[in-house]
Amino acid sequence: MIQAIALLLAFQLAGETLRVALHLPVPGPVIGMALLLVWLVLRGGPDDALRGTSGTLLQHLSLMFVPAGTGVMLHAGRLADEAWPIAVALVASTLLGLLATGLSLHFLTRHRSGSPR
Amino acid sequence: MNGDAMTEIWVYLSAQPLLWLTLTLAVYILAIALHRRAGGHPAANPVLISVSILVALLLLTGTPYQRYFDGAQFVHFLLGPTTVALAIPLHSQLKRLVSMAGPLVIALMIGSLTAGLSAYAIGSLLGASAPTVASLAPKSVTTPIAMGIAERLGGLASLTAVFVILTGIFGAIFADGILKRVGVKDEASVGFALGLASHGIGTARAFQLSEQTGAFAALAMGLNGLFTAITLPWLLPLMAAIIR
Repeated sequence: MIQAIALLLAFQLAGETLRVALHLPVPGPVIGMALLLVWLVLRGGPDDALRGTSGTLLQHLSLMFVPAGTGVMLHAGRLADEAWPIAVALVASTLLGLLATGLSLHFLTRHRSGSPR
Repeated sequence: MNGDAMTEIWVYLSAQPLLWLTLTLAVYILAIALHRRAGGHPAANPVLISVSILVALLLLTGTPYQRYFDGAQFVHFLLGPTTVALAIPLHSQLKRLVSMAGPLVIALMIGSLTAGLSAYAIGSLLGASAPTVASLAPKSVTTPIAMGIAERLGGLASLTAVFVILTGIFGAIFADGILKRVGVKDEASVGFALGLASHGIGTARAFQLSEQTGAFAALAMGLNGLFTAITLPWLLPLMAAIIR
């Protein structure tokens, strides 16, 4: 497990380094994710330890958003002042984004010979 | 134990990172139990339940957010390595992702532009203030990218983080039900839409549905972050000129 965590952190560190060095607009962990994907392709896949540790972390991805989410209390004032436009813009644009993405991918791929599984 | 001793213990503990770190985990475990009890219903969203309980606790005890975060930052830190770990499900679905590359890129462009520009347009037309609108526009993108984009547009980074989280929770609760209603049920489309419109929280929801759905969500989250960071900063001024 420790090796797997060290590996994930090393890829995150590599991602951060690339981001700062090349002034990339994408955060370090996302670059780290891309680098790890390349590494997995070259290696032919993750070992059991990496698969297990990643599985545990991903199973609790929701937990990692709780500390930042609790920060909502800092903005109660502005949220209350502009509640209406914020609520409508947030809900409507998220729905539009969901439908635009889901429907376009659905229609672009439905003629394929049945998706596997 | 008398009241003074209780107060003394509280004063000591409430200044330690240990207390709020432990409470964050305990509240999350409770939220997961409630989510299971509700049969995995999306409305019993673990992030929503945890945040609601923690905000109530902080307000009741008069604890400032900064003191809470001193403890909770250890959990927050795990977001980085966990994002890196998304490479594993992406790798296991790689063949399928590559075989769908064309449709995925088109859906990415349509979905990303729709989510970002509609947030900006609706917010502006309803009279939200300029910093609020600039903070709303990148709300479908994962937090660190969204905060960077909002700052370039004249928004507030911390307000953007809140919109990102609210968007994530909203999408995680409603996405699969709404998509099912319009006949979109395949794992690829549901997952890709969840990750694109609701970033990491949508991706967490997608993993509750299946690993395949989660892999498509993780891909959409990464691609939309990149695409939005490149397009939104020059598209929004254009949009602003049209609306005015």
